[in-house]
Parts: sequence; C-alpha cells; structure tokens
Amino acid sequence: MNFLSALGDGLVIARRNLIKLKRVPEVLVFVLLSPIMFVLLFAYVFGSAIDIPGGSYREFLMAGIFGQTVVFGATFTGAGLAEDMQRGIIDRFRSLPMSRAAVVFGRTASDVIYNIITLTVMATAGLIVGWRIRGSLLDALAGFLLLLLFAYSVSWIMALLGLSVPSPEVLNNASFIVIFPMTFIANTFVPAESLPTVLRVFAEWNPISSLVQATRELFGNIPPGTPEPASWALQNPVIYTVSCACLIIAVFAPLAVRRYIRVAKKT
Amino acid sequence: MKEIIHATGLVKRYGEVVALDGLDLSVREGTIVALLGPNGAGKTTAVSVLTTLIEPDEGTATVAGIDVLSDPAEVRKLIGLSGQYAAVDRDLTGFENLDMIGRLYHLGRKKARSRARELLDRFDLADAADRPVKTYSGGMRRRLDLAGALVAESPVLFLDEPTTGLDLISRRELWRLIRTLVDQGATLLLTTQYLEEADRLADDVLVIDKGKTIAHGTVDDLKDMVGGERIEIKVTDRDDLAAAHEILENAAVGDLQGDERSRTVVAPVSGGTRELGEVLEAFESHRVRISEVVLRRPTLDDVFLALTGASAESSEETPAPAKPGRRGRGSR
Repeated sequence: MNFLSALGDGLVIARRNLIKLKRVPEVLVFVLLSPIMFVLLFAYVFGSAIDIPGGSYREFLMAGIFGQTVVFGATFTGAGLAEDMQRGIIDRFRSLPMSRAAVVFGRTASDVIYNIITLTVMATAGLIVGWRIRGSLLDALAGFLLLLLFAYSVSWIMALLGLSVPSPEVLNNASFIVIFPMTFIANTFVPAESLPTVLRVFAEWNPISSLVQATRELFGNIPPGTPEPASWALQNPVIYTVSCACLIIAVFAPLAVRRYIRVAKKT
Repeated sequence: MKEIIHATGLVKRYGEVVALDGLDLSVREGTIVALLGPNGAGKTTAVSVLTTLIEPDEGTATVAGIDVLSDPAEVRKLIGLSGQYAAVDRDLTGFENLDMIGRLYHLGRKKARSRARELLDRFDLADAADRPVKTYSGGMRRRLDLAGALVAESPVLFLDEPTTGLDLISRRELWRLIRTLVDQGATLLLTTQYLEEADRLADDVLVIDKGKTIAHGTVDDLKDMVGGERIEIKVTDRDDLAAAHEILENAAVGDLQGDERSRTVVAPVSGGTRELGEVLEAFESHRVRISEVVLRRPTLDDVFLALTGASAESSEETPAPAKPGRRGRGSR
C-alpha cells in the first residue's frame, strides 16, 4: 500500500464524513449552532460580570471560548468513529482493499474542516458582539491555525477513545468528564494567577492555557499592563502549544491506527 | 474445475463459545455454495474468516490460491462482500455509497461513477439513486448492499444471509439477481438459514451446525441421504393430532416430525402412493378429518431434521417441532 493511495482512501472517507454535515441535523447543530450559543452565552452572561483592568472581559474571553470549543469539538472525532464501529459499514470498509489507516485519518481530517467552519461561525458571532482583532491579520491567521493544529491533536486522543468504547454515548460522557475540567482549570475564562496554588500550577502548564494565551496574544486581546505570566509555558505559548500538539499526534496517531486494526481483527 | 475457496480445520473461539469447530470447506470456480445452518451455527464467522475480517484461532484458508492469513490485502482485492446487516451508509445516497466503494476499490473517479450508475440501474434503484439510504425500504437497502459487493466485479463473492428479514417478493427478486451473477462467471459463497434459498440457488450445500460441517453435497445428494418420500398430513382438528400420529407411526419407516401449531405431521415412508392410500383409509376409519395431504420428496428441511434433530428454519423463533402435545407454542 503506497502512501498516495492511502492518502486517497483517507480523502474518500473524509468526503463521506463531510456529506453527513449536510444530511445529519445533529452534526449541523454541533458544528454551527453550539458555537454561536457559546459565544452569546459567555459574552452576555459572564462578559459583563467580570472586570479586567485596562481591557474588556469580552475580548479576553473570546480566545478562551475558541479554545474550549475546538477542544470539545474533538469529541466529535471519537463519537463519529464509535458510531462507525457500531454500524455495519465498518465491515464493508474492512473487506475492501483500502488502507487500514484511512478510516481514522479520514475522520480526523474531516474534523479539521468541521473546526474551520466552527471557527468561522464563532469569529463572526464574536465580531457581532464586539470582539475585535487588535493585532495584525497575519498574526490572527496564525492564531486560528494554532487552534486548528491543537484541535487536530486532541482529535487523535479522541479517536483512540472512540475506538475503545462500546458506543458513542459512552464516549460523550467519558470525554466530558476529562475535557470539562481540562478547559476550566486553565486561563480560558479567568486569569490563571487568581487560582489556588495546585490548580494554578496545573493551569500554568495546561496546554489549553498556552493555546488560549497564544491566541490571545496573536489576536492582540491581552490588555496593556497585564503582568507577565509566571510559567515558561505561558511565556512561550506558541512554541509550547505547537510542541504539545506534535507530541500528542506522535503518540496517539499510531496508537489509534493500531487500535483500529486490532478492533478490526477481533470482532 | 479449479478450487477457488478452500478452508481446512477452521477453529474460532469466543471465550467459552466455540463459533467454528474445525470447519472444512471448498468451493469450485463458477459455482454457488450455500452454507446452510441455524442461527449461531457459525456461518457468519466462517464468512468473516474468509473475507479477512477476523483471524481464526486454528486452521488455514485460501481464496483464489491466496492465503487469507498471510496475505489478507491481496485477498481483499479479489472479493466482494455483502453482509447480513446491510453495510451501507444510511446518511449517504445510493449513488454516493456505491461511488465511495468504487473509489475504495481504486477504480478511479470516472470508472467508480459510471459503475455506480450502472449497478443502480441494474438493481432497479435508479429512481432512488440520489436519495439518502435511510429513506429506502428494507429490500432496497439489501439490493444496494448486494450492489456494493459487485462494484469491482470481483471474481469471488460472499453473501452473508442476503435475504434474511425480507418479504417473499423482495427475496425472489434478489434470488434472480444473484443467479445472474454466477451466470457471468463469479464464484459465490452464500450463507442462509432458508432452506428454500439453498434449494433455489446453490449447486452445493454445506450443512453446518455448531461450527462443523455435518453434511455436504448437491441438494439432490442431501435429499437422497434421507431417502424415501414423505407423507405430510394436516388435520382439521387439533385434538386429532395424537390419533394422526398413531396412524402414521404404523406406516412410517423412520421418526415422525410434527408441528402442533400448523397441525401437521410428517412421516417418512417407502411405499409411495400405495402407502398413501392405506394411510388415508386408516384416517377414514378412525374418523380423523384431514385438511391437507401431500406425498413428496424430502425437502432440505427434512434433511436438516434428520441430521441435527432440529429444524433449521424454525429454530429462530419457535422451539424445534416435536411430537404434538409435548412441546411447542400454544400447547394445552
């Protein structure tokens, strides 16, 4: 199996997943409506409640919402795979002379497209409620790319989980328990400095914090006069986030593909 | 003729459950072989091994001379599979499903498309081609699934219970389609729990039970194995079943089979029409009223009963038929 035909197989699977975006209402809600809801909810419920010295909390918040939403979006990868495994279609795939990695690669790839749509919708909603990019457009673009890269890496963790659980429902519940604290014990919604010590240390090295910190910087949403963050991770958020994402992919992509092949043989 | 599918001593265990218990099978080029057996006999497991979906714990298998275990990727290029759970994507249209399968067989974009349209036409799905599969009826889904197995014109086809759960009309329609495949030179291994299906389609039948082959031969061979003819009598009144049993027991050369629900008793006999006349006289003199009488060759159901002591077709939902009054639904 050469690399090009494996890539082709992955694209065929990705295309199939994208067709579902048009046909399955739940997918549409997940990709389009829930991000709008998040932006409005946080902007109006929290946005006016908390004061950030020298800046607007609503602007501070946006990068956090972006980060949280794309990380949550990764559960979609796992749920999609779990659903495929449950349905008969996977037997068809396994009996075809296609690349063994295509189903997993195709899924993570199509979820990048989902995330692009989600981010576009959220950014538009954000602009409407008053969020502004205050840095250069190139930096902002880098910010979005960083969000996509990190979400892609989390997709691989979720892919492994999705192939290990008996049903999509289990995955949704299980991942909620992990992702919820991961995105909250971070600087997503409040500055990390204000947390109690143990949580603060966790938050300072949490790659979701560095992701949010990096996008905040790239969008120019850090209010002037904000003190320099304490941890190396948050002082060099782009490098730290990119390294974490690469590490996660390097570890979890082979595990997920191996898992798929093993599950395929066991049934 | 060349042997296309060959398997020896296949064993597959799931914990305590032995799904395959030393299964041997062989399919010659251009023939249809049916694996016939009740639910849980190991039919699907056998197909899964031969189509590289699972690895057996023991045994060897080849498809077109290629080892299923050491070279599964090569085997996949030569086979088409249609499973019992209609393995198509319900959110995609019929066309998109077949097009995707064609692409994954690496037919190329153009060929995949034209092949998809061609098959949709042939399987009478052209009108529904651009509707999502979830709007299809059960029969349409099965036809699409079967079409999926044919996309690459694979020389070896595996159809796992292709008509289970379909009504008789859809089933006949599928039989017609399946027959045409083999007329075009394909080799086909089919699993079924419908005796009529094996009878209609298969050149050879492998009767399997509890993961083992218990009989093998042409449909006629199998019928000859049980020998003789059958008198089948349906009584008008359920209370007469015991009397009918008694009368037929005297005429029978083997064990009787009865089904209380349909008020039927079947007796293997050797005397043909002469025997039938005597039996009818006995019924007359005992004043047992009959609503149906048949003298016939043994069916595959009789074969199955004789081999396993249980009925294949009825094992799914009803207890195996036995002498009336002892068991069965609606008794007493």
